[in-house]
Amino acid sequence: MSTLVGAPIDRVDGLRKITGTANYTGDLPANQLAHGVLVLSTIASGRITRIDEAAARAVPGVLEIITHANAPRVKTEGQGGVERTLRVLQDDRILYDREPVAVVIADSLEAATEGAAAVRVEYEAEPPVTTIDAGVKLPVDEDDEPELVRGDAEAAFAASAVKVDAIYTTPMEHHNPLEPHATLAEWDGALLTVHESTQGVFSARKRFAEIFDLPLTDVRIVAKFIGGGFGSKGSVWPHAVLAAMAARLLARPVKIVLQRSQMFGSVGYRPETRQRVALGANSDGALTSTIHEVTSQTSMFDDFTESATAISKMLYASPTAHTKQTLARTNQATPTFMRAPGESSGSFALESAMDELAYATKLDPIELRLRNYAETDPNDGSAYSSKSLRACYEMGADSFGWSKRTPETRSMRAGRMLVGYGMATATYPTYRSGAAAQIRINPDGSAILQSGGADIGTGAYTVFTQVAAEFLGIALDRVNIDLGDTLFPLAPIAGGSMLTASVASAIKVAALDARGKVIALAVADQSSPLHGASPTEISAEDGRLFVASDRARGETYAAILDRHDGITVEGNAQTQMGPSEEQYAMHAFGAQFAEVHVDPDLGEVRVKRFTGAFACGRILNAKTARSQFLGGITWGIGMALTEQTRLDERTGRIMTANLGDYLIPVHADVPHVETILVPEDDPLVNEAGVKGIGEIGIVGVAAAIANAVYHATGKRIRDLPITPDKLL
Amino acid sequence: MNAFRYERPSDALGAIALHAPRAQYIAGGTNLLDLMKDDVETPELIIDISRLPYSAIESSEAGVRVGALARMSDVADDIAVASRFPIVAEALLAGASPQLRNMATIGGNILQRTRCAYFRDPSQVCNKREAGSGCAALGGVNRMHAVIGASDDCIATNPSDLAVALTAVDAIVHVQGRAGEERAIPITDFYLLPGTTPRRENVLEPGDLIIAVEIPASAVAHNSTYLKIRDRASYEFALVSVGAGLERTGGVVRAARIVLGGVAPKPWRVSEAEARIVGTSGDAGAIDAAADAAIDGMRGYGENDFKIELVRRAVVRALQTVAA
Repeated sequence: MSTLVGAPIDRVDGLRKITGTANYTGDLPANQLAHGVLVLSTIASGRITRIDEAAARAVPGVLEIITHANAPRVKTEGQGGVERTLRVLQDDRILYDREPVAVVIADSLEAATEGAAAVRVEYEAEPPVTTIDAGVKLPVDEDDEPELVRGDAEAAFAASAVKVDAIYTTPMEHHNPLEPHATLAEWDGALLTVHESTQGVFSARKRFAEIFDLPLTDVRIVAKFIGGGFGSKGSVWPHAVLAAMAARLLARPVKIVLQRSQMFGSVGYRPETRQRVALGANSDGALTSTIHEVTSQTSMFDDFTESATAISKMLYASPTAHTKQTLARTNQATPTFMRAPGESSGSFALESAMDELAYATKLDPIELRLRNYAETDPNDGSAYSSKSLRACYEMGADSFGWSKRTPETRSMRAGRMLVGYGMATATYPTYRSGAAAQIRINPDGSAILQSGGADIGTGAYTVFTQVAAEFLGIALDRVNIDLGDTLFPLAPIAGGSMLTASVASAIKVAALDARGKVIALAVADQSSPLHGASPTEISAEDGRLFVASDRARGETYAAILDRHDGITVEGNAQTQMGPSEEQYAMHAFGAQFAEVHVDPDLGEVRVKRFTGAFACGRILNAKTARSQFLGGITWGIGMALTEQTRLDERTGRIMTANLGDYLIPVHADVPHVETILVPEDDPLVNEAGVKGIGEIGIVGVAAAIANAVYHATGKRIRDLPITPDKLL
Repeated sequence: MNAFRYERPSDALGAIALHAPRAQYIAGGTNLLDLMKDDVETPELIIDISRLPYSAIESSEAGVRVGALARMSDVADDIAVASRFPIVAEALLAGASPQLRNMATIGGNILQRTRCAYFRDPSQVCNKREAGSGCAALGGVNRMHAVIGASDDCIATNPSDLAVALTAVDAIVHVQGRAGEERAIPITDFYLLPGTTPRRENVLEPGDLIIAVEIPASAVAHNSTYLKIRDRASYEFALVSVGAGLERTGGVVRAARIVLGGVAPKPWRVSEAEARIVGTSGDAGAIDAAADAAIDGMRGYGENDFKIELVRRAVVRALQTVAA
């Protein structure tokens, strides 16, 4: 359709980021700025009996220490979704490891840091619950769709010719975005301004307003640059509330930047899951039954469900299905959304089980999936708005060289190393939201684009600029974009792969609105070469409006506006969601392919090649899209092979709260990764035809690697991560 | 982290003179700063030795003398080291990350502290950090911990890859002491086992400054390798490592060195295993016998039980490499 939308354009904010002029929250100055450093609990369960502040208060520069004894009371109850119930110094109870017990405020970061280390806290510890097996079980809230019953899956399973029935587990995992969470809070009388590293300024505004009992209009949230969120910056967390609390107490701005070790604590994590998947099939591989039962951990005081069964409800045309989610309370903080929440952990179990079924039925894993291909939504038979999964399988397999795979385990070698090929399906639902956008065309023909949506590092600044430039018909560098502020038009959270799809649609409408207004001026203006032309005939390119069939007949935005007293023309959009979900099933799909080499004696697994093919509607920028997929696949490699948060099960203490002990993949772990953008035109999902790409990259990666490890070694590892000891 | 004083003396004697009970030397700082951020080390005085003149790498027929302040990356890239002591270059390149290797020094490397998570968390008990407080790693998260040489007081491992290689090549640590005297300590005598005093990890006296590491030339060193098995491909400590070297003439193994890393409080030389291969042709049977001997006396503490079998296999692999 166009030259700008879809093009692999460099990030418009790239230069600012690499030259250090993009100020992240932690970089921001403020007059009379004070710094806060948290003191965290060293037990997972119990009570604070005494806090000795003397040594901390003696540190020069320390201004105040806030504990449960002197903290102002605030509203801590969350309403679900991204609104978590918060433990913010309201009582002497300790319900999780690394819970904030004090915040030390000082003139300098150094003094606050030293002061925080000098606070002595005594506890009465109680035995913590540290495993999901030991945790009290509770049902999942109905809003989180805890159970699906489609036919009699148990009876169908019992009668199946071929059965696979196994338990899979995934460990606690922490997000670890590059930028630690940071908050700079400032009060001006009753008005609260918070610079916050958040994925959603509007949801954060609502939460701050609730907690401090303020009208929405008295709270402003600003988030200009965010160094990754991955779900962990989707909620307002304790440190942010404590920064605002401290700023109010001290009547000066207070900044709190979490230390890396404090990122393992109150800012969410992917909960541990224990998953049973039972698949029944006919001997030809056609599924007769899908059973998926998941227990995931949550905290003692709030419920978050890792919806690992979601993928099993919809991915294959299984005539019967029974899925069920259960929660287990443990003495850890509340988990939260983490890249493809539910789908990433659930796909490990389901797609491993599908591989087991492929071996049980002696079918190629892709052939098995094609035999169970859902042509319509398996639950209600509704049509897909678009579905290109077949093309993902074909293009991915072709490029990867899947046909070279010999199906027997331990049948492929490279020198001493065992070689394995594995694959899995990826999918992620297309969430949608209404959004607003405003575009002003300046008298000089440049434009200002504003949206409250935050760019969490994914490229929103860039793709929004592309969309605005495209539909206004002006050059990229003539668009001045400003994001991440509650003073700007409403946008959803940058989560659920939802932001770009929603806001890009609004920007398109706003751009066409503004352009239409200028065209209306021109065609009514006797001095304009466009006078009398039909507005629908008029195109725009490089800042100039012209008649499509007669390019010479036209003039620039600037010329038109100049004749109209140099006015500024404003385009606005308030978009709604597209066709309802009752009408169409809307999902993105993909196929993941891994080649691993496994040392047969030493158990080391290295991913040698990876191919992911994805169909996600329209791609707005091929370069930032590839980066998203690459990031997801890289994280999937970590999920498969290295990542896990280890607890001391006697105490519930986290023992891996640093990047030396919590192993994310390094360059040497990440091979050449090929990403294939499978073309897909979907006019139904939204105005922009965009399905979102942030989450799907990680889905199925761990299963593809685990399946490749099985192919290489004959060992089925059902407990992540796949470390060398499990392969000895 | 606490406030501290900083001094940069102009020579070794000046540095040693400044040393006091709560003083710490700093060179690359890659280990000390981590420990300070975690409040494991809380020095009152930091003595910066990084600009003292001990960074030369000098090669002679007798071997290579590496200044204590030479950077890991420079030593790994040194042609004499890489060609005559492949085990040393390989061990250096297997350690840390490129960024860390550009900062970390040889003297600091062999003094780096254990990665035991309990040692690095002052809110938990640890005999190495606080004598008599207990060892939380016993019965705790101990997947990375020792399977030999440990005690009831401490089961932490020495994390240095380089130290394993240096032990295999009979390196000598040159130290300048408080009285200005220079001492030469064979690395095989340098480290101490924890016993009931895990806080004391080596024979250095307070104020001692390592000034050089001498690597004597040998046929074993020339035909040597360093094998490291780890949970990720780079920037990760060893689950198990093996430094191995063989001298073979006329088809007979004349001398052997087998040293284990990641499994003990110090680089763990297995002389019994070496004896099993000396005098043989280095055939598969001898290699198996040596590997069996290498795990003699090992015991796991739960999570790390797997290391024992992994050691056996790693010794086989390392010996196959140098016997090929």
